[in-house]
Amino acid sequence: MDVDAPTTPEVEVVHDDVDAPAGALTDAAHDEHHDHPSEGRYIAIALMLAVVTAAEVAASYIDLGWAFLPALLGMMAFKFIVVVREFMHLKLDNRVFSWLFYTGLILALFVYLAALLTFRFFEG
Amino acid sequence: MAIIERPAGDSLTYADADAAVTATSSYGYLRRPVETEGWRSWAFTVDHKKIGIMYGVSAMFFFVLGGLEAGLIRLQLAGPEGTILSADKYNQMFTMHATTMVFLFVMPMAAAFANYFIPLQVGARDVAFPRLNALSFWVFIFGALFLNSSWILGGGADGGWFMYAPNSDVPFSPSNGVDFWALGLQITGIASLVGAINLIVTVLNMRAPGMSLMKMPIFTWMAFVVQFLLLFAIPVITVALFLLMFQRSYDATFFSVEEGADPLLWQHLFWIFGHPEVYILVLPSFGIISEVLPVFSKKPLFGYPFVVFSGAAIGFVGWGVWAHHMFASGLGPVSVAVFSVATMAIAVPTGVKIINWTLTMWGGKLQFTTAMLFAVGLIVQFTIGGLSGVTHSVAPSDTQQTDTYYIVAHFHYVIFGGAVLGLFSGLYYWWPKMFGKCLNEKWGKWNFWVMIIGMNLTFGPMHIVGLQGQPRRMYQWTENRAGEGPFNIATWNLVATIGTFVLAIGTLLFFINALVIHRKQPIAPLDPWDARSLEWLTTSPPKPHNFDRTPTVHALDEVFHRKYEDIGEGDEHEYVQRSTLEELVEEEERNGDAHIHLPAPSYWPIVLAFALPVMAYGVIYTTWLIVLGAAIAIAAMFGWALEPADAEESDFDPPAAGGETSKELANV
Amino acid sequence: MSDVVKETVQDAVEIVKDHAEDVHDHDVHAGDHGHDDHAGGHHTSLGLSNTKLAMWLFLGSECLLFGGLISTYMLYRNRHSEDVGPDQLWDIPFTSASSFVLLMSSLTMVLAVAAAGRKDDRNTKLWMIVTAVLGGLFLSGQVYEFTTFYREGLGYTESLFASSFYTLTGFHGVHVAVGIIMLIATMGMVAKNKISGDKAETVEMVGLYWHFVDVVWIIIFTLVYLIPA
Repeated sequence: MDVDAPTTPEVEVVHDDVDAPAGALTDAAHDEHHDHPSEGRYIAIALMLAVVTAAEVAASYIDLGWAFLPALLGMMAFKFIVVVREFMHLKLDNRVFSWLFYTGLILALFVYLAALLTFRFFEG
Repeated sequence: MAIIERPAGDSLTYADADAAVTATSSYGYLRRPVETEGWRSWAFTVDHKKIGIMYGVSAMFFFVLGGLEAGLIRLQLAGPEGTILSADKYNQMFTMHATTMVFLFVMPMAAAFANYFIPLQVGARDVAFPRLNALSFWVFIFGALFLNSSWILGGGADGGWFMYAPNSDVPFSPSNGVDFWALGLQITGIASLVGAINLIVTVLNMRAPGMSLMKMPIFTWMAFVVQFLLLFAIPVITVALFLLMFQRSYDATFFSVEEGADPLLWQHLFWIFGHPEVYILVLPSFGIISEVLPVFSKKPLFGYPFVVFSGAAIGFVGWGVWAHHMFASGLGPVSVAVFSVATMAIAVPTGVKIINWTLTMWGGKLQFTTAMLFAVGLIVQFTIGGLSGVTHSVAPSDTQQTDTYYIVAHFHYVIFGGAVLGLFSGLYYWWPKMFGKCLNEKWGKWNFWVMIIGMNLTFGPMHIVGLQGQPRRMYQWTENRAGEGPFNIATWNLVATIGTFVLAIGTLLFFINALVIHRKQPIAPLDPWDARSLEWLTTSPPKPHNFDRTPTVHALDEVFHRKYEDIGEGDEHEYVQRSTLEELVEEEERNGDAHIHLPAPSYWPIVLAFALPVMAYGVIYTTWLIVLGAAIAIAAMFGWALEPADAEESDFDPPAAGGETSKELANV
Repeated sequence: MSDVVKETVQDAVEIVKDHAEDVHDHDVHAGDHGHDDHAGGHHTSLGLSNTKLAMWLFLGSECLLFGGLISTYMLYRNRHSEDVGPDQLWDIPFTSASSFVLLMSSLTMVLAVAAAGRKDDRNTKLWMIVTAVLGGLFLSGQVYEFTTFYREGLGYTESLFASSFYTLTGFHGVHVAVGIIMLIATMGMVAKNKISGDKAETVEMVGLYWHFVDVVWIIIFTLVYLIPA
């Protein structure tokens, strides 16, 4: 239930020591907003993602032999990482966000791959 | 004098009539709740302390309920061919006993302490998201009531607390009990997940200046680890419950073996959640006694970083051992070997903790208050449970013990002997902080000793009957199978039943102490235990805004270092008391912050939470209830989103000329 | 051996201490320069936004949720009758097109976030509308696909493959639908200036959620559709 997060940033406790004058947007976290890449870069990245998707689809039509699975999984991981790092700004944002997200991601990979292993999922 | 502003309401009268304001209706049609007394002040509160107390009271209610269920189970097994319960009722009883104790007592009780004390221990005025905090509590309580409403709507769930599928599918469990169980736990899961996110952000982001991670009180650390376990474990059981719900209510085939389903799917999903869950239950108590032992040994916690890192290590390794619950399921030798070794490894960080606690007490000036007795009781009883746990990690031995009472003995020693004793330790230790009066020590000691004797009489014999081969969940035993000699199961089943009633009397002593004797207790001093951590640097009970002045932290055990000065030289420490807590708190009051805006109460958390059981009844009975519930939920979300988290500036008591206000309305 | 352990522990302690110092730097920073976008600004230990931390924690948790559903599908993807399996059902060109639509919605979303960062309300609203429309297009594609599969004999209870496929993709679809509602609601609130707190951050949070739903689809598209069983 993601009810609160996106729409209402909660500001709970107001300390009197932060009554900064209007427009004093100089705090570290905020600087990052202004460092975000240009729109051109976003469009270029999106085009690249589209090309990789096209390559994935193409790969599923031609016979790549043993290279098929690694190639497809590689392209999938590439797209995933690019969207997360570029569009979701993990590349530029504070490391803490990356840690939190990748902890969940890696934990998920670990437990579910281990579970599938015990089902002998990868043995044919 | 601290000047605290807070939303004004009709219920308030002002000395200065010009300054009186009424709460604005910041979202058009509803005024903010402003009551500071009566039921409304609880139902719409966002104060982490009130929410913590509500968690505690509800958890205690479910403790009694789960205890009654346990009493019926033991009565049934007291003699041969028990007739108190039918086989069907017996199945419901043990399922709901375990579900209630795990999800509706230990978890919310730990949440009560986490809610109440994490903000105080990190020097914050509230959690990061007060409204979400209220939402967590109300979702929990509505989920819990929904789950238990199954008793009057055709019977409780009956598949055992791990509810193995396909045994929990409709052909084997045709009543709605399992539906209530699956949906109820999804709802309480939402509560845990929201709470976990909230408390993690609180710990990461709301610490007082100077409170670095390695200066945080140890309870906060352990609770912090637990919130991460919840964050990542809850979604796994949510998947399992979701699949089960679709299987039962919408005829999906995930667990239909005749369609080729794999019965191990449920087991894996359940135990990937279930094993971290074990640490979710016990780590908060580890944190509590790591606070209690140093205070009553008059020594700092031995090896604080080791306790922190071993707690984190337990949390981490706890993700790699789940399949030891499935050794008897035919996983194959490689899987069994891997999980067996990983399981043995997790005993190491747990052992580290036991050593730290022992060495904390070593050479200390021990004071055996009730809180301390419960803490020491935990070390002893949990170690017994830990040792029988190691015998389970050895797969061949586990294969013999699986599904016998030996397992029941083991997990009651770790959950009752570990988690529950720790929670009681916390109740006795923090009671004066929460309510301004200590619990009676004499009654407390009776409470402890009767409880500890009761628990050993109840769960000790289960080792014997288990090794004699009595299966768990068997609803009757017969004279023929009782056996002979000192280890016959007839005697020991009777002893266990007697023990249960001793345990019940012990628990009753607590309630008498808390509800009756407590009234006559004198007001406690601010520092009844000579405590060490930050939550004591305020009045008892704390004011709504917790601290008059946001504390600046310089040391681990901040309060101790403010009270005592080190006059030793070099590595030799010698502490002399320089000030009392009364003096320190008074100084904080004198230098209080101005303009503390507390988060405003809100109607929306309870409304949104109410929508969930409505939808859940809809899944079981009729679709239009789902629609109704969804409509309520969406309306509540919009109300929530449009309501500013803080009340409007005009809702607050305006400052007098010169920016300083002279009104002393605050400190309700 | 014990030396190694000791060193490792010391290293770990130092790492945490370093981190603690970082935290302290931030403290001073955040304390010195509060920003006024919020109703008064607030001070946080990490100098990071509470809401954003909460969002990332939520997304980390969602990884475990989708991981479970994807694993269930992977386990059961071969368990279907002879004539209604992926080979008969999948329409790769169609699904590729709808995947492309969702991927492009990520671009429009990030443009909305960028516009919100510049306090450019007009473009923020515009790009959010486009994102919501693309999301709606993707959802219609999914509805079309489900009805087609159903007509070809793949009922929800037909086989293990059917149940796990519909549950996984349906669950994702619900996430998309929630995202669309969030987009429209946020857009309305931007238009009417109803957002309490930092507008750019609110749009950014919707963006994070939306991108996450997109990356989940990246995985589903490859694992479910492109890699044959």
